[in-house]
Amino acid sequence: MDAAALHLRIALLGNPNCGKTALFNLLTGSRQKVANYAGVTVERKEGSMRTPSGRLVRVLDLPGAYSLNPLSPDEALTRDVVTGLRSDVERPELLVCVTDATNLRLNLRLVLEARRLGVPIVVALNMSDLARRRGIVIDRQALARELGMPVVETVGVHDEGARALVAHLDECIPDRKPEPVDWTAPTLAEVVQTQQQVRRILQAAVREPEVDTRLDDAIDRVVLHPFWGVPILAAILFLMFQAVFSWAQLPMDALEQGVQHAGALLQAAMPDGVLRSLVVDGVVAGVGSVLVFLPQILILFLFILALEDSGYLPRAAFLLDRMMAAAGLSGRSFIPLLSSFACAVPGVMATRSITSWRDRLATIMVAPLMTCSARLPVYALLIGAFVPERQVAGLFNLQGVVLFALYVAGIVSAMAVAWAFKHLRRRDGQSPLLMELPAYRIPRLRSLARGLAERAGIFIRRVGTIILALMVVVWFISSFPAPPAGAPGAAIQYSIAGMLGSALEPLFRPIGFNWQICIALIPGLAAREIAVAALGTVYALSATGDAVADQLGPVIAGRWSLATALSLLAWYVFAPQCISTLAVVRRETNSWRYPLLMAGYLFGLAWVASFLTYRIALAAGA
Amino acid sequence: MPPVPLSSLRPGIAGIVAAVLPPATAQDEPLVRRLAEIGFLPGEAVRVMARAPGAEPIAVRVGRSTFALRRFEAAFVQVEPR
Repeated sequence: MDAAALHLRIALLGNPNCGKTALFNLLTGSRQKVANYAGVTVERKEGSMRTPSGRLVRVLDLPGAYSLNPLSPDEALTRDVVTGLRSDVERPELLVCVTDATNLRLNLRLVLEARRLGVPIVVALNMSDLARRRGIVIDRQALARELGMPVVETVGVHDEGARALVAHLDECIPDRKPEPVDWTAPTLAEVVQTQQQVRRILQAAVREPEVDTRLDDAIDRVVLHPFWGVPILAAILFLMFQAVFSWAQLPMDALEQGVQHAGALLQAAMPDGVLRSLVVDGVVAGVGSVLVFLPQILILFLFILALEDSGYLPRAAFLLDRMMAAAGLSGRSFIPLLSSFACAVPGVMATRSITSWRDRLATIMVAPLMTCSARLPVYALLIGAFVPERQVAGLFNLQGVVLFALYVAGIVSAMAVAWAFKHLRRRDGQSPLLMELPAYRIPRLRSLARGLAERAGIFIRRVGTIILALMVVVWFISSFPAPPAGAPGAAIQYSIAGMLGSALEPLFRPIGFNWQICIALIPGLAAREIAVAALGTVYALSATGDAVADQLGPVIAGRWSLATALSLLAWYVFAPQCISTLAVVRRETNSWRYPLLMAGYLFGLAWVASFLTYRIALAAGA
Repeated sequence: MPPVPLSSLRPGIAGIVAAVLPPATAQDEPLVRRLAEIGFLPGEAVRVMARAPGAEPIAVRVGRSTFALRRFEAAFVQVEPR
């Protein structure tokens, strides 16, 4: 076999909700690479597979598109790849047009449009098992004849579901010199013509009985109910947040104990000195304090993934569209903002499905106001240390109420900022919603597990790289230079961190922050949760003598006033300091303007909110 | 019955698409084309499945799919109610 026959470059093209990603996962298994396309943050999913005869196939999973006339950045990227316009992606030698076999009427149009590209195409009738169960009879030969391209059946969610497709990939002779085509968008008349062609083909090759949508319709009558729909959504979200806190408690305690155990073991095993200080105070204490949040993040994502797979999330967006439009957002903003409760970075990236640039920008700008999971450690520490654990109104836990209030404060500020943003910018007409409400599906365990594993991997990589590195830096600047012999006070006051903290103090003194907090805010720039770890290190290193504080909560409870603690909580509602978020905003908007604007407005709001909180608390005698 | 805008139909009402209005401005052009692409074509059966709180968006069944449309989007589609 010659070299050309050994390699093949394919791309999966299809409508959203056609099961394309499941098919991609089935084809490539774990041999996947997730990155971004250069210049845009559209996710680039690539994988590879080997056919039975040994041919290596590189598979590209393109973002779902209804058409090659893009309405969103996602769809624009798909068009650019299949037409060969992107310089960073080689044009695929073969397109696999993935279609939902239960909805060919919608899906075949894109296939016909792709036919004009002049690239060899194989059509995959995905979810063919579901189609058969619904009594849809597809004459594959007739369909292949009508389309003029090979047609195979696939089932993305079965182990053997891609067999026919793989066999085809094994045999096909690809186009070796795909030339960039001169792609022009079809006119409206041509669109109508294509639709008529779809109907003709369906008549010739497909027999479908009247579809039974009674179950979907019944569910929709409940969840989209004009009055009950929103309370049901609120109940689901409430359950989600409850689960994040109650289910995660056990694994978090276990992780925490494990970290403490490791620290104690190392403390005993290593000789006293700089290295032990680095390992115990810097690495174990710092990284451990962040790692304990893994269970909460996974539970949050479990809910988001399950809601996404079931088809409910677009319904939630449907229910909230009007309300969010009043605040200058769109129903489509709901999903990115929900993800931002886990982390603003995937949240900002998820805004790419918002078709209107104005709505997308507004969503990006307020995404960091959603309380991300990285702020939880800070909230948990301060609430645990300063808010007494007692019942309010005989029903609620006061600590829980404060936490809930902080989440609400974030949401309310987001709505206010979006509203201000909308009124500061001139409106450029109404923006469309045009969003599919897909058929309901039962979430698949395997796909949930895959999604969670991906998330856990991202989080652990982050802890192992950026957070670990920063903790070493924090430890270093907190330990060096060493104080002159016989100097009074804690050693850390003479270190770089101590000097930085003192330099920043005048800016933060009016809002009640001491120099220890100022130091902790600096590494918090790179990752918010590090502020807790940094406070731990700062206080561990500022303890004079051998009295190393092992419990940060009681330490700050003894040293800070309540007003300072409340002020820091208010600060973290806005928490402007997150480099990853600013970096992703820079990439997403392709300009420095918006990340700078974001950092500026968040910093201003945080300072003002903390100032007011601090002064009011002082006046009230706290 | 004369055609009425899809945006004026109440939930539960079905009809046949009579026409899709031409775009009023260049900005509406991609939207109108997309309406045609997802199946809003003369002769097609549609049904309003739900209406969100605040009177929009509406959920419209067309073919085998359901789409959420804001009022101004749905107003491009003229429907003969059944």
